[in-house]
Amino acid sequence: MNRKLKPRKGISYAKWGYIFTLPFFIAYIIFTLTPQLMTIYNSFFENYRSGLKQIGPNFVGLQNYVALFTPDKTGMVGMLKYFGNTVVLWIMGAVPQIVVALLLAVFFTSYRLNIKGQQFFKTVIYMPNLIMAAAFSMLFFTLFSPVGPINQVLLAHGIVEKSVNFLGIKISVRILISLMNFLMWFGNTTILLMAGIQGIDQNMFEAAEIDGANSLQVFFRVTLPLLAPILVYTIITAMIGGLQMFDVPQVLTNGKGTPDRASMTMVMYLNNYLGTSKNYGMAGAISVILFLVSSALSLVVYNSLSRQYKN
Amino acid sequence: MKNSENTRGRIQLIVLRTVVYIILIFLSILCLFSFYMLLINATRSNAQLQAGFTLLPKNNFFVNLKNAWTDASINIPRGMLNSFFIAACCAVLTTYFSALTAYGIHVYNFKLKKPAFYFIMAVMMIPPQVSAVGFIQLVYKFHLTNNYIPLILPSIAAPVVFFYMKQSLESVLPMEMVEAARMDGSGEFRTFNQIVLPIMKPAIAVQMIFSFVGSWNNYFIPALLLDKAEMKTVPIMVAQLRSADYSKFDMGKVYMFILLAILPVLVVYIILSKSIIKGVTAGSVKG
Repeated sequence: MNRKLKPRKGISYAKWGYIFTLPFFIAYIIFTLTPQLMTIYNSFFENYRSGLKQIGPNFVGLQNYVALFTPDKTGMVGMLKYFGNTVVLWIMGAVPQIVVALLLAVFFTSYRLNIKGQQFFKTVIYMPNLIMAAAFSMLFFTLFSPVGPINQVLLAHGIVEKSVNFLGIKISVRILISLMNFLMWFGNTTILLMAGIQGIDQNMFEAAEIDGANSLQVFFRVTLPLLAPILVYTIITAMIGGLQMFDVPQVLTNGKGTPDRASMTMVMYLNNYLGTSKNYGMAGAISVILFLVSSALSLVVYNSLSRQYKN
Repeated sequence: MKNSENTRGRIQLIVLRTVVYIILIFLSILCLFSFYMLLINATRSNAQLQAGFTLLPKNNFFVNLKNAWTDASINIPRGMLNSFFIAACCAVLTTYFSALTAYGIHVYNFKLKKPAFYFIMAVMMIPPQVSAVGFIQLVYKFHLTNNYIPLILPSIAAPVVFFYMKQSLESVLPMEMVEAARMDGSGEFRTFNQIVLPIMKPAIAVQMIFSFVGSWNNYFIPALLLDKAEMKTVPIMVAQLRSADYSKFDMGKVYMFILLAILPVLVVYIILSKSIIKGVTAGSVKG
């Protein structure tokens, strides 16, 4: 890369490379790597607080993992249910997010359409991305509460006869969470995909048009295939983000995942074990599973990024 | 023949364009409407809020502001000050050290250069939640709960910001400049602080905003580590609103709390939206 900077006249600058990168790696080792190893280590121990009594740490092998996948009295496997919830909530938000973002990116980059006011639209649709998720969720909670303005409007116009408890119905809670996630992320995705489309060689579009391709054909035969690597990157990073879903459902349901734990996500589940019970064993096991899933997804991102560097 | 085809194409284009604008306006309203309701409701008293929703503001804004600002159980000015302090420290540390690391890997040739770079890339996407258990244990072990050190110092190692800085360096820093500085007898640290940092100003500004916002909005880890009232940050206070019995609350005050929580970021965004939006793409994959 920097062949020009070979040591001259016996002066080696190599040590500066180590000095400049050292703070990063020290901080990383203390605050991320060590905790990561401690988390994995903990997952093999029984270690929690029961009232005022501290139980453990005692080595229990894989017992925490077995416990995660053992059905409770009602025959429910918590781990699978919460993983399922996370996946469902993610899909409900991410599918419209990616479809809408793809459409908008095509609209914004189309010379033929020549959309005016792009800066305004981009500013508006990106805005929710920077808003505090906890506050956004609290806002939706107050707006959709049984005495909130949405119900007031519905009642005033006779659309419903008595106020709807949006937060007590499984499907409406899920829709609200996905709607918030959609609003928070579709602007971001639009901007990323726009950059991707602008990166495509313009001659490709011109050639397709000269060959008489219509807009749909251009989209499916030119834009989409050439955009594929960025689309994959976007989808995978969105998946990793979805895995971390916490603030929105946590605040909306006050940490309970109501109703019937249908909106309890993986990180909310993890958070429950980190609360008063300080159950580091079970929390560790959940973390390891999250770690494995996110590492598998990260591998795809890593490959696409390092390919960019090798080219 | 050719003419009528042209007209048909023109009409098609006009129809298509209209549909696109309708979609864009619909999505914009969807994005703005909840915030508009927030703004309106923050200007209304509890009694006015009970009476039903209106699209126009009332005159209770400053009363709500005073009530929220001086609330006994939720000390929002203190929370905002705490959040601001943590976010500002994180923004400075994360950008300075990410730029330093990126410069170290970009400019110098050393044996561990490649492994270091690929290591950072490999861990870039690992979510911070998966090491939370060990992190919390560590904080408890060193008696650092209700302390801002564990919320600030980890920002020194921010792989995503590093990656962004590395890409920025590749496009803005000519090697000759570093060479020239050396010829003039500038030390390596001085070259970085006085020549390279100013060149990287735009990248640093953008990343400062993103890390400030990220820290301001951060809820998961702070909520597990801060339980003293005077140490709490804004997101923890917002979540506290949710767990309180809201039916007994003055709702005008609740809306004001939410507005105050998002206002600083909103103001910064409105002023700097152009460069923020430009910054979204710069750190990502180029296909």
